[in-house]
Amino acid sequence: MTAGIDLGHPQAQAIQSDEDVVRVRQLVRTVAVAARLSLVDQTKLVTAASELARNTLVYGGGGVAEVTTVDNGRRRGIRIVFADDGPGIVDLDLALTDGYTTGGGLGLGLSGARRLVDEFDIVTGSGQGTRITVIKWSR
Amino acid sequence: MERVPVLKIGDILLVSIQVDMSDQTAVQLQEDLAERIVATGCHGVIIDITALDIVDSFVGRMLSTIASISRVLDAETVVVGMRPAVAITLVELGLSLNGIRTALNVERGMELIAAAQADDYDYSAEDEPDDETTATR
Repeated sequence: MTAGIDLGHPQAQAIQSDEDVVRVRQLVRTVAVAARLSLVDQTKLVTAASELARNTLVYGGGGVAEVTTVDNGRRRGIRIVFADDGPGIVDLDLALTDGYTTGGGLGLGLSGARRLVDEFDIVTGSGQGTRITVIKWSR
Repeated sequence: MERVPVLKIGDILLVSIQVDMSDQTAVQLQEDLAERIVATGCHGVIIDITALDIVDSFVGRMLSTIASISRVLDAETVVVGMRPAVAITLVELGLSLNGIRTALNVERGMELIAAAQADDYDYSAEDEPDDETTATR
């Protein structure tokens, strides 16, 4: 995953309830607008953040989202880290398959969110919690 | 929890979503609409999402579910006002919004529902002479 230089401190939003998922969306939207992402890119990033924040709540039992503006020398972007101390994902390949779900949803959250961002990194394992990092670069 | 208002206009229920809905609010709307369809006997539901700057998989599923519930309750659902960026994102996310009829705005949505009802009326009009014949026999 491309590192890039952080511009400013990360802004954190706890994810403990339904309302917090809404707050994550609003925080990501504010930061994306400030970083001058295009309207379509803002929409994609906020949608991906919504899916991943919901996963953090539903599967991870709650956690935190950290939003940071980054710069790789050529372009500006938004990095969001979703971290939880939940049960972790045992079979990652399966979890990233379209339509696979253990939670009664559509099974598009993880796989769909990955398609909506430019960079997607996931660190997880049985009993190890889950840490997902995504970046959307401005074009 | 915020609640999305459901307005009755003639034979149509109009829902204009103006807030960033929590999942719970979305589920509540689903239930409220089902109750209002039965209580009012309306044959059309228009869901205006002009103000929504994203539709994620949860809200997408809610729209599909509302359309299915309405159909079972003899009402047609039309989703109107989807922003172009939302449409692009939905497709990339992998949501197809199965079974949902869409229109560009509320006015077109009302026309679509009126046309659907006119079709239904034609069918029942064709049936009527048979009923009359049966009745006069």
